[in-house]
Amino acid sequence: MSLLSDQFLSSLIFGSVTAAVPLLLAGCGEQVSEKAGVMNIGLEGMILLGAYVGFLVAYYEESFWLGFLAGALAGGVVAFVVVAIPCVWMAMNQVIIGLALTLVVQGLTALLQFFQFSHSYPRLPDVDLIPIPLLSDIRIIGPGLFNHQGLVYISVLICIGLSLVFRFTHFGMNLTAAGSKPAALDAAGIDVAMTRTVAVVITGLLAGLGGAFMSEVGGGIFVPLMSNGAGYIGIVLAMLARGKPSIVLGGSLVYGACLQATTAMQVTGIDIPTDVIQMLPFAVVIIILVAFGRKSSLPAELGIPYFRGQRG
Amino acid sequence: MTQSQQTRRLFLGVLRPIGMTLMPVIAALVVSGVVLLLVGVNPLSYYGLVVQSGLLNPYGLQDTITRTGPLMLLGSSLLVSFRAGIWNLGTDGQYLLGSLAAAVCAPNLVGTMPLPLALVLSMICGSFVGSAWALLPALLRAYQGVNEVITSLMMTFLGTGLCAVLIKLCFRDPAKSEPETLALRFADRLPHMFGTTVSSGVVFALLVLIITHLLLVHTSWGLRIQILGANPSAARHAGFNVNRMTTLVFVASGALAGLAGATDLVGSLGSLRANWTPDYGMTVVPIVFLSRLNGWTIIVFIFVFSVLSIGSQNASLLLGVPLYYNLAFVGLLLIFFALIEYLDKRRQLQMV
Repeated sequence: MSLLSDQFLSSLIFGSVTAAVPLLLAGCGEQVSEKAGVMNIGLEGMILLGAYVGFLVAYYEESFWLGFLAGALAGGVVAFVVVAIPCVWMAMNQVIIGLALTLVVQGLTALLQFFQFSHSYPRLPDVDLIPIPLLSDIRIIGPGLFNHQGLVYISVLICIGLSLVFRFTHFGMNLTAAGSKPAALDAAGIDVAMTRTVAVVITGLLAGLGGAFMSEVGGGIFVPLMSNGAGYIGIVLAMLARGKPSIVLGGSLVYGACLQATTAMQVTGIDIPTDVIQMLPFAVVIIILVAFGRKSSLPAELGIPYFRGQRG
Repeated sequence: MTQSQQTRRLFLGVLRPIGMTLMPVIAALVVSGVVLLLVGVNPLSYYGLVVQSGLLNPYGLQDTITRTGPLMLLGSSLLVSFRAGIWNLGTDGQYLLGSLAAAVCAPNLVGTMPLPLALVLSMICGSFVGSAWALLPALLRAYQGVNEVITSLMMTFLGTGLCAVLIKLCFRDPAKSEPETLALRFADRLPHMFGTTVSSGVVFALLVLIITHLLLVHTSWGLRIQILGANPSAARHAGFNVNRMTTLVFVASGALAGLAGATDLVGSLGSLRANWTPDYGMTVVPIVFLSRLNGWTIIVFIFVFSVLSIGSQNASLLLGVPLYYNLAFVGLLLIFFALIEYLDKRRQLQMV
């Protein structure tokens, strides 16, 4: 295949977008809870759980959309039970809980996958792509950007919707207040714990949805530990984006492009170990952190539990 | 003092900490046992096999003791950083690169100088590389205020990748079919002890852990670290150079993790395979928490965990349970640890 053929280039763009969607959803989700003052180190675990449950449901129910729904719900439920209750209500250490969540999910999903699928390695059928009329006819870009599974468009809409919510709604303001000055929110008569709980559950829903997309559409298969650090990258993206979902969108596309570089290099015949490619996104993130680390701003009360009546 | 008061004091002073430490372990064993039941494995026979092959079997026991070596060095690495309130979660990357450094140095140095000197140099080299890998997250945390949990985790992903790439591209032993470094001959490794297969690296690791603990508990230097961890702004007011201390402690923690890798390599591994990721660091994190940052307790827990880790290798072969089970177990342990800590704190508040 010639390197610069239209088909090849558009398939690269297509792959980048597909790889970016889980990160976009998870990163946007993480932003919601970071804004509200909860550091969700367990994002990786939520993505992985969404991936497992999404795949399971999509495989047995033979419906991608049911899989997405189930993945999102699984993420939301685990976020509520394992993050919201311990960290927001009981003021446990957010880092310990986040790590524990990730470890448990990694272990459990891998264990279950081993007993259910490791002998057959079932794959899901190809997804139905929805071309956007007119736009999808553009050369190269059309098939790459405007001919995707439905959730891709929805996730972009979610990203735009979140930035509108952050900017124009009371709920968005409450989130920011819960993260930077929870006492003020409390004084205004709004329940800080409830605001943070809602934020954490939204994170779980979006991360689970992203995970379900990763296994159902991205891979068509669930393999143990398949999220491979995407959750941590999502946390950094949310951190660097300073509350702007649009930057998460850009960042996740860069991440997707990094992953697609594998294919490109293999086709061009550059023989380097795949480990280099797997390192690429992390290297990029570290370089960005070194360059812009000072600018990454986090809410003042991030990671600090709030107790009712504590006006400080 | 009456009899009942004495018993009460004994209970609070000795039994309560033991109970607080054992409860999370028991809870985690029960819940992960339920998981085993769900996938159709009898948890009792699984645990039985684990104890049988990790503790009672003489060869298993030797492996178990050898396994405590790297874990204890990683434990001292985490002990230093956690006491200073620094979340060095990148010990896996530091460990791997440390052992790669030793794997590159040791076989090449052995012929050119006396054996002990060559091994010591390789170990120093490993700990140097480990500390270098911790430097970036340390500087980012100290001077840029970037959360070190994330950066150190990312450095682990980078470190594992880099290690594999370096082995495949630069340090590969051409005689082997799989990418692997030159092997250190058995005769050149750290000596075994008392005719067993237990490497003397374990004694070294034990000494390092005990010395680290004593330094942290009994010196002014240790007190400074503790103040830094308990309250950074108090430390700043007391006139500490917080930024420099943070960097130094982080780098020291990295050096110990690198040393863990190097000691493991010159002691028992001998050579490093590409894409081998033992993830020891992540499993030691819960242990260090569970010990409540106490070096003596860490030793006990690391031994217990090594039994689980070696025993489950055998049990997983016989009963067909993949080793991922350990991940879930360790995660559950952390959750129950946090839960019991919370319940205890609440009870104490109510008693006052």
